[in-house]
Amino acid sequence: MQISEIKEGTVLPAREFTCDNVQLFLYNAVLFNAHRIHFDYPYATEVEGYPNLVLAGPLIGDWLHQCVDAWLGNDGQLLAMEYSNRHAAYVDEVLTGSGEVTSVNAAERTAEIELCIKNAKGDVVAPGKATVRLAGCS
Amino acid sequence: MTAELSPEILSAIGCQSVPRTEVVTRRDIRKYAIATNQTERKYLNGDVAPSMFHLALFWDVVELDKLLPDGVSVDTLLPKFPLTQAMAGGLELKYFQPIHPGDVLTATRTLVDIYMKHGSKGPIIFYEVIMEVKDDQGKDVVWEKTTRLLR
Repeated sequence: MQISEIKEGTVLPAREFTCDNVQLFLYNAVLFNAHRIHFDYPYATEVEGYPNLVLAGPLIGDWLHQCVDAWLGNDGQLLAMEYSNRHAAYVDEVLTGSGEVTSVNAAERTAEIELCIKNAKGDVVAPGKATVRLAGCS
Repeated sequence: MTAELSPEILSAIGCQSVPRTEVVTRRDIRKYAIATNQTERKYLNGDVAPSMFHLALFWDVVELDKLLPDGVSVDTLLPKFPLTQAMAGGLELKYFQPIHPGDVLTATRTLVDIYMKHGSKGPIIFYEVIMEVKDDQGKDVVWEKTTRLLR
């Protein structure tokens, strides 16, 4: 991927993400995150009132990163990312990550990208923005 | 509900954590890569860490008696707030260099702001924490600002 290959409006490949109980357990174990809403179904549903076990917010942030990372390949570099967790997402929910280039600075070889993770209803679970640097002409 | 940011709460702005140093291992990178469903072999092999790996590396490791009944640990950097229900927050990240096995990284967290807004459903407290991760030469690796909301 080179800077000359992209322009404003270039669309990143969409990717589906689903997290089952096992992956959610592994993720929170890696973090050492013991928040019960991520593994204790009766607590999550009966005490906190969620419909299912809740995905950890940073996992969704990681998926936004992966949307950019996969598109960039080995020639590009992620310089910055910002995102917010707007809606809860749940175990076994199908989420879709997508992105679009909003500006390109050919001189700096950088581009700005708007990203989001949506659920099946179309709710934006996590919007984000990334700044990347791409390879120049060889 | 009424809530106020007292001078005592606001005096916590500027508080800084004790710097924490951790050694990056290939095993930890692999575990993070698998748990986040990475697809690239360089991450799954642990040759280089995925972007948000630093979050796992520096997540608080606390003893069982320091966990609240809901399993959450108390962030000792924060003052006692009059509102406690955590809501969705945001993260800003800047990446300066990749993380590899064997890297020795040090993270320092600073509480940089506390403020309140009044929404239609009542007051909301915002606080911002910056975490700076540097390598053993003192060079920047990751800069992260977390904004959390309490209602």
